[in-house]
Amino acid sequence: MSDFEKKILEFKNRLNSTQDSKEIEAIRIDIFSKNGFINSQFKKLGSLSENEKKTFASNINKAKQELLEIFRSKATEVLDKDLNEKIKKEKIDVTLPEKEFKIGKIHPVSQVIDEISCIFSEIGFSVEEGPDVENDYNNFTALNTPEDHPAKDMHDTFYLDENMKTLLRTHTSPVQVRTMLKGKPPFKIIAPGRTYRSDSDQTHTPMFHQLEGLHIDKNINMGHLKGCLNYFIKEFFEVDKIKMRFRPSHFPFTEPSAEVDIGYKIENNKIIIGEGDKWLEILGCGMVHPNVLKNCKVDPKIYQGFAFGIGIDRLAMLKYGINDLRSFFECDYRWLNYYGFDPLDVPTNYRGLSK
Amino acid sequence: MKFTKDWLDVHLKTNKSESQIIQKLNSIGLEVEKVEPVKNELSDFIVAKIIKANKHPNADRLKLCDVDIGKKDTLKVVCGAPNARDGLLTIYAPPGSVIPKNSMKLEVSKIRGETSYGMLCSESELKLSNESEGIIDLNDKYKTKIGKSFFGEKKGKNVIELSITPNRPDCLGVRGIARDLSASNFGKLKEPRKSKVKKNIKHNLKIKIEKNKNQACSIFGSCIIKNIKNTESPGWLKNRILALGLRPISAVVDITNYVMFDLNRPLHAYDLDKIKNKITVRNSKKGESFKALDNKNYTLDKDMCVIADDEGVLGLGGIIGGERSGTEIHTKNILLESAYFDPTLIRKTAKKLDLNSDAKFRFERGVDPQSVTAGLESAVELILEICGGEVSKLDVQQTKKFKDLEINFDPKMVTKTVGTNINANEIKKILSNLGFTIKSKGKFLNVKVPSWRPDIFGEIDLVEEVIRIIGFEKIKSIEPEKKRTKPTLNFFQKHFHLAQRSVASKGYLETITWSFTDEKINNKFKEKLESIKIVNPISSDLNVLRNSLYPNLIFYLEKNLNRGFGDQALFEIGPTFTGKKPGQQITVVCGIKKQFIEEDNNLKKNDLVDVFHIKKDLVQSLTELEIRKEDFKVEENTPSYYHPGISGSIVSKDGNLVLGYFGALHPKIISNTFGFEIFLENLVEYKVKNKKIKESLTFSDYQKSDRDFAFLVNKDTRAQDLTEVIQNIDKNLIKEIKIFDVYEGENIPSDKKSIALKVTIQSDHKTLNESDLTNISKKIVSTVEEKTGAKLRS
Repeated sequence: MSDFEKKILEFKNRLNSTQDSKEIEAIRIDIFSKNGFINSQFKKLGSLSENEKKTFASNINKAKQELLEIFRSKATEVLDKDLNEKIKKEKIDVTLPEKEFKIGKIHPVSQVIDEISCIFSEIGFSVEEGPDVENDYNNFTALNTPEDHPAKDMHDTFYLDENMKTLLRTHTSPVQVRTMLKGKPPFKIIAPGRTYRSDSDQTHTPMFHQLEGLHIDKNINMGHLKGCLNYFIKEFFEVDKIKMRFRPSHFPFTEPSAEVDIGYKIENNKIIIGEGDKWLEILGCGMVHPNVLKNCKVDPKIYQGFAFGIGIDRLAMLKYGINDLRSFFECDYRWLNYYGFDPLDVPTNYRGLSK
Repeated sequence: MKFTKDWLDVHLKTNKSESQIIQKLNSIGLEVEKVEPVKNELSDFIVAKIIKANKHPNADRLKLCDVDIGKKDTLKVVCGAPNARDGLLTIYAPPGSVIPKNSMKLEVSKIRGETSYGMLCSESELKLSNESEGIIDLNDKYKTKIGKSFFGEKKGKNVIELSITPNRPDCLGVRGIARDLSASNFGKLKEPRKSKVKKNIKHNLKIKIEKNKNQACSIFGSCIIKNIKNTESPGWLKNRILALGLRPISAVVDITNYVMFDLNRPLHAYDLDKIKNKITVRNSKKGESFKALDNKNYTLDKDMCVIADDEGVLGLGGIIGGERSGTEIHTKNILLESAYFDPTLIRKTAKKLDLNSDAKFRFERGVDPQSVTAGLESAVELILEICGGEVSKLDVQQTKKFKDLEINFDPKMVTKTVGTNINANEIKKILSNLGFTIKSKGKFLNVKVPSWRPDIFGEIDLVEEVIRIIGFEKIKSIEPEKKRTKPTLNFFQKHFHLAQRSVASKGYLETITWSFTDEKINNKFKEKLESIKIVNPISSDLNVLRNSLYPNLIFYLEKNLNRGFGDQALFEIGPTFTGKKPGQQITVVCGIKKQFIEEDNNLKKNDLVDVFHIKKDLVQSLTELEIRKEDFKVEENTPSYYHPGISGSIVSKDGNLVLGYFGALHPKIISNTFGFEIFLENLVEYKVKNKKIKESLTFSDYQKSDRDFAFLVNKDTRAQDLTEVIQNIDKNLIKEIKIFDVYEGENIPSDKKSIALKVTIQSDHKTLNESDLTNISKKIVSTVEEKTGAKLRS
């Protein structure tokens, strides 16, 4: 065995016997580095004859290949072993709490307003708004509710001045007045918003939310009103059919006026809308009174149409099984978390209103 | 309005059942609110159980009992009976009930210093026997009946309670209800009975309606009845009075009440012998006073309508009678009044005096002016029948003529309004059954409105009459068209919507709080604004409109803290008010964040909320609303409710619009709490003014280089001032400036700090070489040094 062969064997043994990554690196330097064994052998070639050169060069190359293979497999083996040991030590308790991620919530009333807007958008209504503070004229007089009329008793009004001329709107109907006064017919709007009555008990809060609807055009009649509300209620409760009943009633600003009840039943303590033989009053509506149109500079001989008012909080309670109206405004952390909606859960026409 | 089926039968011949009638009433606009078994005089007495008979603290022979009457809470009742003991089942009489033995009306009273809510009864008190030793001792059978009426309620007879809308005073009388039902094919309205009473004696009391400005009374009808024997009402009348929820008093009073509910015709009976000389209907003088039948003294203003005699005020016309001339059980001679008063004036007077009565309720809604004599006749008939006596001729003083309104009505209006074809004959039939008189005039109908319908003014009112009787279910529903010609939301509303969801997605829970708040808290946030007071607040701690969203948010944040929720982020989007005129309000998004420091939670130590968290939330939401960093600058002026050193404002680049504030709230208001506000109108205005079209995206693929600088600056120098100066050196080459360290302390003078920043330099056109980069770096250093007084740290 030549020195060369001895040396090769030695390297092989070194490689085979080690399990240490530092030793592997040392061997690598010894064999393959610039001043390593292989290169030093190649340097010898210059002093050899052509024939010897050829043989020796091929020997070196062969040995290099051989060593390289052993080295690679050994290196992999050792690195794997090291990594495995490291991984073994890295075991953690994954049941420890994750980093907190806080996503907020949208209040059910806001969610329901978006749902409603979505439904009415589909049939061509646009959203209008008006101020929370109103004058007596827009809130009552223009809406055909005369001064000192018992109909005013139904509204326990908050006043901002002793003369009772400025007030917190008791309903969203003044938005009708504002919309008609600033534009030209046809009108097709909904107006959601805060409304105020000085009333506070189990089922009343001094502030609540209403949705006003108004559709005025040349030939809008009560058939359209019925169709519109029927469509809305069905879409809103996401049911195929709905039981609805129109009862004559009285509001100064509509004539004929109606209150609308929907059929429901209670099953397993849950309210089911659209079935059963119980009735629940959910909204007031009617054909806009000609006096209101006149007050709003719309000619009742040419134009007519309907208006309606719905309690938004009430709708939210029914749809999402919330029992207590007052809880809407109490800001209880648990309640907001439980009944609130994911901000990404935006009601849309194509995906559907609710998840 | 309450009535019973048998009362209805007086006016309506019908074969419909009570339940059919109830259903019909609902469908023609007379909403049935309640159907309850008829109460009689004894239904008040209920089975009760003494839970505990305690010794009365101030009287040896009395006991203070805790009594279970089937409600949630027990009541305290003082009882003197020797047999009152724990667990005894007995009979309880509530306050307001009348004890049969002595006709005494019970009231809540104090007995030897202890309040007694009602009474426990003996058999003799209930006229069951003469047994008066001790209270009734019921056997165990009654255990399950606690809370129920001892005498039971008569089965099958119900009181029907309607909620009558303010436009329908005619249905505040049973006859009006009967008329509506008959028009709905539910029977035939009976003709009123013709009075056969002979009116022989002379009406010798002078009555005059004075000509006053705004005289509320325009008709005053009356008659005198002499030699009556006022008595307890007969059973049928008592039952009707009880059905109304009233208490029978005497035949004369019960009859006037009966006629009021029967015909919607309020009457008043005076004791004739107590009237001095004559009756004058006149306006009151300021300061006049009288004692009314409700036992209260009223001092009147100027110009309230009073019925007076020579001695002074007898009663308030149309509202309440006076005690001085009231009838009593031994009254012999009476004057019966049936008058008409103006609705508005009645209402004004009653409102001023805060007085409510059944008569006032009717007059302010409108009583039929033509029912004056019918009302008198009806009452006279009953009084003579029950009390005997002789009656005078009727005297009717009238100062105003009432003419029935006539409406020229196009019957096609009905079809045009409801959208379903209704033929003219049906319209005519319904209207005439409701009491309208109709003459055809070509295509039109001349419709004369009956005097009992003050709510009918024009054609549309007639349309409503027709359709409510036909039934809304007959209207064919028309499917809505799915067509949109206008965008649903306007530019502002879109931003409202986006802002709401943007802030929620940063971990804030949306709340909705009152638009009003406690003035005391609001004062800390109103800055220069005036308090906007509510004249009649629901409670004294909700007495002003809010000038800021913070007061309520902080209030509820603290409530949640008390509930044990330490980490919280709440927000609201809604109005705050800048004045009390309509429209003086702005839309604010306000978020508030509080972190509960858990001393022992090492896992959370690196996650503490500071002002830069709240700034991050705000800036990110602004970015989502497309107000980018280059569109605004940060300034230090903030309202006084923020910590003056740890808060900032976000203003438009030109400095004209405040888009928002952020910072720590002032520690005097609440500690360790951060918040932000966004002023939505300002934001939208800014966006409208600076409408930018999104440029198409270009980016450079040439080599970019970072250069780090550390400048030594005065302590009050703001990082923004440095970055702005650097940015302005070359907007094309300087792509990004990142502050990576702020240092104060060792090796630095005490009035200085060091700000370290990394500037990213890149050209869009070429790869910059070393000398380009050196040049720009030098320029950065020299410009910053020159403009801000900073020194490069070496």
